[in-house]
Amino acid sequence: MNMEPRGMESHAETEIAELFDKLRQDLPGAAEVARSREAAFAAFRQNGLPHRRVEDWKYSDLRNRLKSVPAFAAPRDDAAAGAIVAAAGDVYAAVDRYRLVLVDGRFHAGLSDVAALASEGVVVRPLAEALAEDGADLFEVPEIAADNAAIGLNAIFCGDGLVLTIADNTRLSKPVEIVHALSADAAVSTAERVVVKAGAGSEVTLLETFVGGTEGSFANSVSDFRVATGAKLVAARLQTEAAGTTHVGTALVTQDADSAVKLIGAGIGAGFARHQSFVRFNGENSRADLLGITMVRGGQHVDQTLVVDHAVPHCDSRELFKTVVDDDAKGIFQGKIIVRPHAQKTDGQMMTQSLLLSEHADMALKPELEIFADDVQCAHGATSGQIDEDLLFYLRARGIPEAEARTLLVLAFLSEAVEEIGDEVVVEAFEERIRSWLSAKE
Amino acid sequence: MPAVQETIDRVRSIDVDQYKYGFFTDIESDKAPKGLNEDIIRFISAKKEEPEWMLEWRLDAYRRWLTMTEPTWARVEYPPIDFNDIYYYSAPKTAAGPKSLDEVDPELLATYEKLGIPLREQEILAGVEPKNRVAVDAVFDSVSVVTTFKEELKKAGVIFCSISEAMREHPELVRKYLGTVVPVTDNFYATLNSAVFTDGSFVYVPEGVRCPMELSTYFRINEQNTGQFERTLIIADKGAYVSYLEGCTAPQRDENQLHAAVVELIALDDAEIKYSTVQNWYPGDSEGKGGIYNFVTKRGDCRGKNSKISWTQVETGSAITWKYPSCILRGDNSRGEFYSIAVSNGCQQIDSGTKMMHLGKNTSSRIISKGISAGRSQNTYRGLVSAHRKASNARNFTQCDSLLIGQDCGAHTVPYIESKNATAVFEHEATTSKISDDQMFYCQQRGLSGEEAVALIVNGFVKDVIQQLPMEFAVEAQKLISISLEGSVG
Repeated sequence: MNMEPRGMESHAETEIAELFDKLRQDLPGAAEVARSREAAFAAFRQNGLPHRRVEDWKYSDLRNRLKSVPAFAAPRDDAAAGAIVAAAGDVYAAVDRYRLVLVDGRFHAGLSDVAALASEGVVVRPLAEALAEDGADLFEVPEIAADNAAIGLNAIFCGDGLVLTIADNTRLSKPVEIVHALSADAAVSTAERVVVKAGAGSEVTLLETFVGGTEGSFANSVSDFRVATGAKLVAARLQTEAAGTTHVGTALVTQDADSAVKLIGAGIGAGFARHQSFVRFNGENSRADLLGITMVRGGQHVDQTLVVDHAVPHCDSRELFKTVVDDDAKGIFQGKIIVRPHAQKTDGQMMTQSLLLSEHADMALKPELEIFADDVQCAHGATSGQIDEDLLFYLRARGIPEAEARTLLVLAFLSEAVEEIGDEVVVEAFEERIRSWLSAKE
Repeated sequence: MPAVQETIDRVRSIDVDQYKYGFFTDIESDKAPKGLNEDIIRFISAKKEEPEWMLEWRLDAYRRWLTMTEPTWARVEYPPIDFNDIYYYSAPKTAAGPKSLDEVDPELLATYEKLGIPLREQEILAGVEPKNRVAVDAVFDSVSVVTTFKEELKKAGVIFCSISEAMREHPELVRKYLGTVVPVTDNFYATLNSAVFTDGSFVYVPEGVRCPMELSTYFRINEQNTGQFERTLIIADKGAYVSYLEGCTAPQRDENQLHAAVVELIALDDAEIKYSTVQNWYPGDSEGKGGIYNFVTKRGDCRGKNSKISWTQVETGSAITWKYPSCILRGDNSRGEFYSIAVSNGCQQIDSGTKMMHLGKNTSSRIISKGISAGRSQNTYRGLVSAHRKASNARNFTQCDSLLIGQDCGAHTVPYIESKNATAVFEHEATTSKISDDQMFYCQQRGLSGEEAVALIVNGFVKDVIQQLPMEFAVEAQKLISISLEGSVG
């Protein structure tokens, strides 16, 4: 790791240490879990919050961003939690789905369709409970994410979340929405974890929504998708948190043989957001599709970081990330494809495109290839630019007003990624968000 | 294609010994004691009869260097370097002071002869094509031993000499430009170079002059345990044009030797500099023993309007290469180019690429990088393309392709693209693949051997870059690539 020697401890770092001192006795989990928390805390004491001198966080200096770390929310009753969820809005209101609700990092079974899911072969357990029984394996992460500071911070504080166990060969009739809602009246920190164990041959569509929040909120969630042989999983993650929040969202994917995963991420909200995805192939003949749609404006800062680890032969991965940056906002894409020695016949294709709508928009791209096997096909492409004046002229020559023409062209730019989503429910919800984002400009 | 046929013939005629420049010339040399301290720097400065300000500049760099730490971000691995176990100054005894060709030690001339670098002007004059003459500055260990065609260049107003000589003869020019592109504290190795650099070439092409011939510097490391720290400074004044070539070799040794050079290019309004390198330092043996550590800082500054700097490099040598020839596109409408072929075989490690920093308006840049890894080598492209807020209409096109031969090598791509201006258009594409079985089958079915087929396909792969090299170098480069890849298919 490119860890620089530590300098002065920041205010937020001191707060984190104090918070852990206060909470460590009450955090759930058996001795083994406590040990992994202590190990994560020791690493935090050594390295602090990630900053610009740590290569993976070069463009997203979390230490600089986090001036203060708010406390974790106290437990609430279902009525109070339900009010927070209702206030945050319902993106998938029109969709027939199961709902699982997390408010300020705590799972609310009373607001969730636990029984209905059980009848379809899905066992839902609160993470706090599972930690006490299953021990530390719930905190295990693939090698490529082992040093990640945000995941480490989540492991230190993780008090609740969900464990979703989908029985072998189960095909869910409806998508499952997992709501991550933040209260809007007071800033809180969260550190929840969602572990999805998709059994062999199962098929599931997950809709994760990250909503709510207020100035100073710090959400740090981890979603861990463990996909068994032959399973198919679609996870659409939509982040529309309030402007003042700091959002760090991690998706971990481990895939056994013959599995297929589609990970779709939309980053629209939060003042400072880091979406990171780590995909590891453990079995041959698997495929992962990663799609990203990012739209930022004002002073927003949104980072899409991903690492795809081709550890075994004969796997395919496709990454397509589109970023639209307006005003003074900053967009970041960091993508890395690793092909391990002997992972022959790997096919990895990564594309990232960005559209800068204003003079001071800022975009940083870092598409990486790290290849140790020779019989592979790997490529990446990256572009950055503004709306093509010729296209704009073409539309205006046909009587379309300029603003409308620009909107059309942005939509067209994003549509390539939207079309790849496939799932109608997700496409409609995402298109709706894109349109409302574009119309909010005036 | 005749060029390809030629390469195949050359591959066929090559000896078993792959590195043919590995010989050592037994010549008496004058060395400073091993190690690095202020006295050594004073010694070097005194040896070179430098002005006082230069000594101060060096000492300042040295003091700053002491506070710096070695960079570790590159994808290269090597045991720690003991900077006190190196001779920082080594010069052939007979080479002191500027010389005419007749006074140069015949042993030295013979060495360059053996390397294929004719230093005698008349021999070149006897060549068929007088247009293709090349003026050579020959640097042997720490000093420049001779510079050819100086008189003729002088007539055109071009100053081409060793940097030590320039410091004595043209101190105003050196002082004005030295360290303005690569600042003293730019990075660990550049700072070390600023403190201890011993020689290198200096070129000044005055306003409106098109340099009448290709200029060239040939670097040779000969002594054991020495480091070579050369410094090259090239200035193209308004409307000037110069094409400069750089070549280098070293004897075959078991130990690792350090080469930490700094090259600064400055192009003023409407000027153009074309800088080509064929880097063929000793790469170490097949087990990774010995070889040169090539830690080089090269940067060009397109300081004037409509200026252009073009880097072309063919990297086949060195145990470790750590080098990023860059362009600062400061002047409006300036243009930067980077064409690279990096071939690694055996246990070589290459971490190379470029930086294109767009600062002025309507600047454009182009990057074509071809990496070929074979054996157990690791080959990394690392590059930055950035547009400053004021760099309206900046354009970049980057293409970096990697070819893997064999299953124990690695090819990596680490590009950084940073755009702070909406009107900047950046395009980047990279591919990694192996030579396909279909291509091999096609060639072999037509009677080519496996090795010939690889040479043919690789030549096709690197053609875009080879075309950018001056003619004399293109032939040399094709030959080198074939040799470097010898034994990689079996």
